[in-house]
Amino acid sequence: MFGAVRVQPANAGSARRYLVQRLGFGLLILAALAVVIPILFVIGAIVVRGLPAISLEFIFGMPREGMKAGGIWPAIVGTVLLTLGTALVAIPIGVGGAIYLAEYAKDTPLTRAIRLAIVNLAGIPSVVYGLFGLGLFVLFLGFGTSIVAGALTLAIMTLPVIISTAEEALRAVPVEFRTVSASLGGTRWQGIRNIVLPQALPGIITGVILGLLRAGGETAPILFTVAAFYLPRLPQSPLDQTMTLPYHLYVISTQVPGMPLEIQYGTALVLLVLVLSLNLLASWIRGYYRRKRQW
Amino acid sequence: MAVTSGRSTAGSRWSEFVVESLVRVAGFSTIGFVLLIFLFLAREGVPFFLDIPLSEAFGQFWYPTFDIYGTLPLILGSIMVTITSVAIALPLGLATAVFVREVAPSWARDILKPLIEVLAGIPSVVLGFFGMTLLAPAMREVLGIPTGLTAFTGSLVLAYMALPTMISVAEDALDAVPKSYRDASLAMGATQWQTIWRVVVPAAKSGILTAVMLGMGRAIGETMAVMMVTGNAGRMPLSLDSLIRPVRTMTATIAAEMGEVAQGSTHYHALFGIGIALFVITFMINLAAASAIFQKRRRGGLR
Repeated sequence: MFGAVRVQPANAGSARRYLVQRLGFGLLILAALAVVIPILFVIGAIVVRGLPAISLEFIFGMPREGMKAGGIWPAIVGTVLLTLGTALVAIPIGVGGAIYLAEYAKDTPLTRAIRLAIVNLAGIPSVVYGLFGLGLFVLFLGFGTSIVAGALTLAIMTLPVIISTAEEALRAVPVEFRTVSASLGGTRWQGIRNIVLPQALPGIITGVILGLLRAGGETAPILFTVAAFYLPRLPQSPLDQTMTLPYHLYVISTQVPGMPLEIQYGTALVLLVLVLSLNLLASWIRGYYRRKRQW
Repeated sequence: MAVTSGRSTAGSRWSEFVVESLVRVAGFSTIGFVLLIFLFLAREGVPFFLDIPLSEAFGQFWYPTFDIYGTLPLILGSIMVTITSVAIALPLGLATAVFVREVAPSWARDILKPLIEVLAGIPSVVLGFFGMTLLAPAMREVLGIPTGLTAFTGSLVLAYMALPTMISVAEDALDAVPKSYRDASLAMGATQWQTIWRVVVPAAKSGILTAVMLGMGRAIGETMAVMMVTGNAGRMPLSLDSLIRPVRTMTATIAAEMGEVAQGSTHYHALFGIGIALFVITFMINLAAASAIFQKRRRGGLR
C-alpha cells in the first residue's frame, strides 16, 4: 500500500482523452503524408515522363530546329559555368564573413548590423536580385548580359546561406580547441587555420554545396543578367551570354508553342537529377563526418 | 574566445593583421551589398514615383501598352496568393513539425526529414513546370473551371515551396521547449496530445510565428513557379471566387515584362518601382521574423 503510487483507474473521461489523442495522432500522420506524398509524386512524374527523352544526343548534343530537336548541352555547360563563377565569388566572401562573425566579431551594434544585413539579403526576392544585377552589373558596370554579371548577382544572393551555415559549423567546434592552440603559442589565425577550419570543413562544404545548388537552379535572377533564349553554341568568354538549364526549361515550357512534351520533361529531369544528386552529396558529407566526429 | 596569443614574431603579427582585416571586410561587405541593392533599385525605380502621380501608381489597371501603370491589382494579387499559401502551409507545416518532433518514431523521422530537404532543393522552375503541366489540368478537371492556371493553383505550389522553411523553423522552436515542461504536464496526468497543444506549442509560439513570417517572405518573393502557374491576368482580385481565376503577382510582372521594355522608359522605371515595394515588404517581414529570433537569443533561448 504505502510507497506504491496508485494509478487512477481508467474512467470514462480518460478513455475519451486517449481516444482524442489517437485521433489527433492520426491527423498528424495524415498531415505528414500530405506533405511527403506530393514530393514523391512530383519526382516520380518527372522521372517517368522524362526518362524516354534521355539519350546521349539529348545530353551532349546542340539544340536544333528552334530547340524542338537535338540536345541541351549548351544549357548544361552554361549552368555549370555560371555556378562555378558564383562559387569563385561567393565562397571567399562567405567563408571569410563567417570566420569574422564566429571568431573575431564582438557583440557590438555593428556586428548586429551585419547579422541584420544577412537576414535581409536572405529575404530579398530572387527577381529583385535580377533587377539589381541588371542595374549594377549589366548596365552601370557595362558587363552586358553575361556570365560575369549573372555569377556576381547569384553570388550575392547565395552569400547568406553560405555565411550562416559556415558560421554554424565554426561555432560547433569546441572553444577548448582554440584555447589549446593558443596555449601552445599559436596565434589566433594559426589556431583557426590549422585546427578550427579543418574541423569545421565538412559543415562548411555542406553549406557551400547547398547554397550553390540553389543558385544553379535559380531562374529569376538570371532572366535579365545572363540568359540567352536560343544560342546553340558554347560560351567563349565570361562576357558571353549563355543558355542555362532552368531558363531553358522555362523557355521551352512557356515561350515556344508546339514544343514536344517529352523534351520538356527530359530537361526537367536533367535539372532535377543534377540538383538532387548535389543535395544528396551534401547530406552524405554532413552525415559521414558527424558520425566520425570525436567531439 | 578572448584568447590572446603569447610571443609572436613581427611577421606573424603582420599576417594576423592582414587576415583579420580581410575577414572583417568580408563580414561588412554584406552591409555594403544591402545598401548597393537598395541604391540601384532606388536609382532606377524612384523616377517612376516622380513621373506618375501616386493615385495613378496605385490605380486599378495595369495596362503598360497604354501607359497605364496601376499597381493595385498586382499588389492585391501578391497578397491573395501569399495569404492563401500560408493558410495551406501553416496547418500542414505545424502538424508535420509536431509529428516529427513529438510523436514520430525515429525511423519515420529518418524518412521524413530527408524528403522535406529534397523538396527544399527542387528548383522553383521545376515545380512551376510540374504545376503547369500536371497540377493545373487536374485542377481544371476537378473544379470544372475554364483554366487551371489560377490563384489557388499558384497558392498550392507556393505552400509546398514554403513548407520546408516553415517545418524546420517550427521544429527548432518545438525543440527549444525544455523537456521539464513536458514532464511536468505528463506528471499532472495530461495525455501526450494535451501536453503538445496546451503546453509545448504555446511555449514555442514565438518560434512558430517566426516560421510563419519566413514562409510568408518566401511566398511573396517567389517568382518563377508563380509566373508559370497563376495565369498572369492583371485583374483586381476582389471576391473569393478570384481564387479560381487567373491572377498576377508583383514578382511575375517584373519577370515577365522586364525582358521587353526599353531601358529608361516609364514601364522600365515602373518595374523597378515594384522591385522597391517588394524589397521594402520583404525587409519588414524579415525584420519582424528576425526580431523574434534575436529576442530569443538575448534571453539565452528557452533551454
